[in-house]
Amino acid sequence: MGVSAKLGNLGVVTTTLEQAVNWGRTGAMWPLLFGLACCAIEMMATQASDYDLSRFGMELNRASPRQSDLMIVAGRVTRKMAPVVRQLYDQMADPKWVISMGDCASCGGVYNNYAVVQGVDEIIPVDVYVAGCPPRPEQLIHGIMTLHERVKGERISQWA
Amino acid sequence: MRIPEAKDPVAALRTALPEAVLYAKDFRGETTIVVHPQHLVAALQFLRDTPGLVYNFLSDISSVDYYPEPPTEQRPERFAVSYHLLSMLYKRRIRVKVFVAEDEPEVDSITSLWPAANWLEREIYDMMGIRFRGHPDLRRVLLAEDWDGHPLRRDYPLGYEQVQFSFNVEEIIKHKPLAEE
Ligand code: SF4
Repeated sequence: MGVSAKLGNLGVVTTTLEQAVNWGRTGAMWPLLFGLACCAIEMMATQASDYDLSRFGMELNRASPRQSDLMIVAGRVTRKMAPVVRQLYDQMADPKWVISMGDCASCGGVYNNYAVVQGVDEIIPVDVYVAGCPPRPEQLIHGIMTLHERVKGERISQWA
Repeated sequence: MRIPEAKDPVAALRTALPEAVLYAKDFRGETTIVVHPQHLVAALQFLRDTPGLVYNFLSDISSVDYYPEPPTEQRPERFAVSYHLLSMLYKRRIRVKVFVAEDEPEVDSITSLWPAANWLEREIYDMMGIRFRGHPDLRRVLLAEDWDGHPLRRDYPLGYEQVQFSFNVEEIIKHKPLAEE
């Protein structure tokens, strides 16, 4: 019998530090306001009232990398843009995660040419890839849920 | 004020600057005059300022790379630069073309005639590597400043990686320069 049951409805729950921190991290993972191409339109649709990312604690996309935890790379990354993306990633405070949204960000997509980086994982580490051209909002939400599950499974020993 | 009668641009240019015109051709109602690179600025100025021609609007400058094909008599060099002019007065267009040598890809800048040529010439320098003599600020305009090469040249590699499918993904992943944290 745990402490919570003994104390009745005094408003106390017990948990582990890991669970509490991971719950906090997944419950308020704010994305960076940042779109690169057509996929960004679907990201905006995901954020808007129909699909409503606020349900998952992503109230709004922060326009500053200092205040965001999640970078959704929505669209193709050109080689001219690549240093900017990397700098934005470096400016985000730890802990931070990256979702590569769409075929272009994941592997270059149909843009197999000199101007486009063949996958954003060549410049920043990616946690979750979302396939599709563009992915529907449901797919992006599925990607975010997958990331949440991963974060919930993190252990103290993995925390940087 | 009466508008002067429209003149034939090819005949007028041939009379005024006989050494400038290499040849002229008509294709589906479009006139192209191929001029000698040395007389490019003079020819364009003539087309712009002569009453009866008044090609006063520079619509575009484009460039061509004929790379794999060997030079011919009609096409003596590897590169060409085309100037597309429009006469707003007579509502007609003309194309003036110069051929540019591969070992020294350089033509005279026409920014002194049309300031609008500034960025057009920078774009051609950026993508095709043709330099413009006398250009006030010849820097890259589309690509990053430290870019290697000129991508619209036909001997420039198209990409640096094969198209990724499920049958070759392992091979590609092996060589992929994955990023560090
Ligand atoms: S994956 Fe498709 S929709 Fe997304 S950026 Fe590329 S081309 Fe646009």
